[in-house]
Amino acid sequence: MADVFKGVEPMVYNSKISVPYSWWAGDTASKFFISLRDDQKIIAPRCGTCGKVFMPPRKICPACFTENTEWVDISNEGTVISYSVARRQLESIPVDKKTPVIWGLIKLDGADTALMHYLGEVKPEGVTIGMRVKAVFADSRTGTIRDISHFKPVK
Amino acid sequence: MDKAAIIGVGMTKIEANKQRETFADMAWEAVNKALADAGMTIDDIDNVITTSSDFWDGRTISCMAVADASGAADKNTSCVEGDGTFGAFYGYTRALSGSYKTTLVTGHSKGSQCVSSLITNSSFDPIYERGLGMDMITACAMQANAYMDRTGLKPEDMAMVSVKNHGNALKNPVAQLPMKISVDDVMKSEMIADPLRKLDCSPVSDGCCAVIIAHESVATKFKQQPVWIRGLSFCTDHFFFGDRDLARSKSLAEAAKNAYSMAGIKDPKKEIDVVELYDAFTYQELLWLEEMGLAEYGKAADLLKAGHFNMDGPLPVNPSGGLLAGHPVIAAGLYRIAEVVMQLRGDAGAHQVKKAKTGLAHGVNGLCGQSHCVWILDKER
Repeated sequence: MADVFKGVEPMVYNSKISVPYSWWAGDTASKFFISLRDDQKIIAPRCGTCGKVFMPPRKICPACFTENTEWVDISNEGTVISYSVARRQLESIPVDKKTPVIWGLIKLDGADTALMHYLGEVKPEGVTIGMRVKAVFADSRTGTIRDISHFKPVK
Repeated sequence: MDKAAIIGVGMTKIEANKQRETFADMAWEAVNKALADAGMTIDDIDNVITTSSDFWDGRTISCMAVADASGAADKNTSCVEGDGTFGAFYGYTRALSGSYKTTLVTGHSKGSQCVSSLITNSSFDPIYERGLGMDMITACAMQANAYMDRTGLKPEDMAMVSVKNHGNALKNPVAQLPMKISVDDVMKSEMIADPLRKLDCSPVSDGCCAVIIAHESVATKFKQQPVWIRGLSFCTDHFFFGDRDLARSKSLAEAAKNAYSMAGIKDPKKEIDVVELYDAFTYQELLWLEEMGLAEYGKAADLLKAGHFNMDGPLPVNPSGGLLAGHPVIAAGLYRIAEVVMQLRGDAGAHQVKKAKTGLAHGVNGLCGQSHCVWILDKER
């Protein structure tokens, strides 16, 4: 660093990036969300080639590279594949959630891949890989992933 | 196939907050260090690859804004968004294309200027996942839990990685967090996301790294001893965590296998002398070593405990201190390449390992190691 800059006070430009953005969900996710909102039912697309059932729903089978056209009802119950517990109130955590926040990867019965969501009505110490959980639907549903409030342990 | 070599490297010091340097200032410093290292001037460079991430940089087409400071004026310049190892991969393919002789590759970022939790949250799928509020640390905690459940690894075992790497950094002048710490210190540090404590996580960092890749026809034309690129591969796993086996890393196993095959390496445990890998979190060093075939699955912690991966052990891993001692996102993998180059040339100074003919550098792109890039570098052609 050249001497000419010695002792120069560091100036800063404080700013914020705030750009409205609308992510259209597309046909596949829309069909899934409408089913959550209107019927409190979890549905998933199945690959016509390999037969795999995908959560979260997507249009293309990643293995076969073909379009998933068939839909099946899957269970509200499933198994925790892994989980994570936030102890620090990280900036990414929604304002209505207070630590400890628990997320799980949940393989619902009838699906071949696991869905990421909240685990609730359980203490962090009570969560284990392999535990059985069941979807709890939100009272007010607007057609988003949070139309499922959380998954709770199956007693 | 033609060959290519790395003939110059330059690293800025990795720091928590570079208030006195902009992105371009950092790039200028790293590029000039690499040119001096190679014995070249900017006129000897015929094309430039910059590596950056617009979200981390807080502006769009950010790569273009550092081009001038990277000496790219009037040159063919192109960009990669992702880890620096992937930018360097592109630089290597350019060297082999027949159109270029000397490629300068840079990678920069300043984690200090943004909120890393919000930036990494933005890499989740916006329709299904982002609103749930996970970020890089909570995602990797999920991977750590899956890995520990499968292998029986204990938090104390992971903590040893932190002790080793922060300790190694004591001898690395560009490291941000050189620290003499104990397993107990790690176990008493703040729990951020179970099982990851503060000292299991790499810090937020600022830094820039530059490397110069030359086609074999000019690799010995300049003053620096070339370090040869013998093997190179990258592979990618599924995007959604629920599609992957999070306790494993299939894409890394595949990338390593391909890189070894290209390099003619039959027994990596015996033939690799030094490793610099992407230890963004303690457990990752162990999992990545296992997936690269440098330890049996679930057994890397035992070798670590026995001193196998120490600076003076049979296979030194992250003698620089790795990402745990400084993690400028994007640049981090390029630092791994530069560190291995220094080790193979015998120029690593106080953190020089004893015998180093063949080295492995590793970079990661995506959450929980979705994509991996593996480099086999060699003193000899």
